[in-house]
Amino acid sequence: MRLYAAVAASGFRRYATYRVATAAGVFTNTVFGFVLAYTYIALWSERPQLGGYDQAEALTFVWLGQALLATCAMMGGGFEDELIERIRTGDIAIDLYRPVDLQLWWLAGDLGRALFHFLGRGIVPMVIGSLAFELALPGDPLVWVAFLVAVALGVVVSFAVRYLVALSAFWLLDGAGVAQIAWLGGMFFSGMLLPLNVFPGALGELARALPWSSFLQVPADVFLGKRTGIDLLGAFAFQAGWALALIGAGRVLQAVATKRVVVQGG
Amino acid sequence: MVDGIRAYRMIAAMWIRSTMTYRASFAMTLFGNFAATAFDFVAILLMFSHVDALGGFTLGEIAFLYGATGIAFGIADLVMGSMDRLGRRVRDGTLDTLLVRPAPVLVQVAADRFALRRLGRITQGVLVFGYALTVVDIDWTPARALLVPVMLLSGAAIFSAVFTAGAAFQFLAQDSAEVQNAFTYGGNTLLQYPPSIFARELVRGVTFVLPLAFVNWLPALYVLGREAPAGLPSWLAFLPPVVAVVCCALASLAWRAGLRSYRSTGS
Repeated sequence: MRLYAAVAASGFRRYATYRVATAAGVFTNTVFGFVLAYTYIALWSERPQLGGYDQAEALTFVWLGQALLATCAMMGGGFEDELIERIRTGDIAIDLYRPVDLQLWWLAGDLGRALFHFLGRGIVPMVIGSLAFELALPGDPLVWVAFLVAVALGVVVSFAVRYLVALSAFWLLDGAGVAQIAWLGGMFFSGMLLPLNVFPGALGELARALPWSSFLQVPADVFLGKRTGIDLLGAFAFQAGWALALIGAGRVLQAVATKRVVVQGG
Repeated sequence: MVDGIRAYRMIAAMWIRSTMTYRASFAMTLFGNFAATAFDFVAILLMFSHVDALGGFTLGEIAFLYGATGIAFGIADLVMGSMDRLGRRVRDGTLDTLLVRPAPVLVQVAADRFALRRLGRITQGVLVFGYALTVVDIDWTPARALLVPVMLLSGAAIFSAVFTAGAAFQFLAQDSAEVQNAFTYGGNTLLQYPPSIFARELVRGVTFVLPLAFVNWLPALYVLGREAPAGLPSWLAFLPPVVAVVCCALASLAWRAGLRSYRSTGS
């Protein structure tokens, strides 16, 4: 346990080292936040109460999206590129020798990264957004706590998806294609493009049932107070269910990969 | 210049061969590139499942704006999109290798990891633009017809200048690749929507400070027979080529200044 805590801490420190990159990321998130905010204002002034949000809630959704974009690694760029590279070069053989659990090792590192991104890239855009626009911020501290739990669960689901993506490199060697497809799913079905409750009919139902909704839609609904009481527990159960299922799938796939696949030598 | 283009072609051909080694992955990234950009348009379609007009613009008109910036940005992304890797090269010292080779450094950086998959973005822009041309009732005149190709090429040049200037900035701040994303990808997203939905200051800012409005807003609104945004004069619609030349000149100055200030990491 102490080992994984140390890995998580170093994951945090690793990303915290690049201050200019963090500032640059915050700048980009803020620019996108402004662009999207104006499009949402145009949409919600035509159709107030669209998707059950008023305009302030819709704008809050925009800025939450920018705040969680890096935290849930919706654009990729977390550990998976590195893991794919280790599989491609064969360095993974060394990792498999180590007396630690491969999946938990990468999970710990990614949790550290996510915590840093949440603090370093989440807070500033949210503050700027709340200064520039009228947002619907929760008054109840318990809602904030519930939001943090939902974000944490979202990060674990995000990790589990990207771990599966990275393992595909055992068969394909170049994981870029799978990574991109997964990234697309993340962008589209997380609510990043448009809140999922604005999606029409069956597409909306499907989008809300897929794991990606854990990244943004579920935490945002918790933040906006749309899910309380039993419904809140349902939201957590939904996220935790996907997290366990995908982590489990990752373990199975890893077992198959290490048994069947010849590691690249050289 | 001719040497530069020849060098670009050779490096690009090498990367294309190398990408084709992993065909499954290439097919997936090509599709992914197409779909990633298509999703932007799907989001607009989803918006239009709830409304008939956004900021006073119909779906066809927004598709016109969208397709125009999509094509312009797609070309710039294909040709110059690798420029944002410069910071990484400065940090790990591999830029030194480029300095001793007998080809312009700008060409080598731009052609580095030349990604044919970016054709996906251009294809998607062309499809949306074609759709717009069939559904929007444009009052064609020779000036309007001529302005369309001029708009697309000038737009590609303006975005290329932004890529180059962003790379030049990375000589100073190596980890600032994301800043340029705000202007390239962010600018592209901005231009997909009509200027009427944005604050007046923002529209004026992207006209006079960072002239992205010349990529599509000003010329496209003229072609569509609409008034120029934010109270700007309508003759600005014919300025994109001039703006493109000025932008490229400034970007090349910035690039030279950046390259001259380069200090190797020495390891």
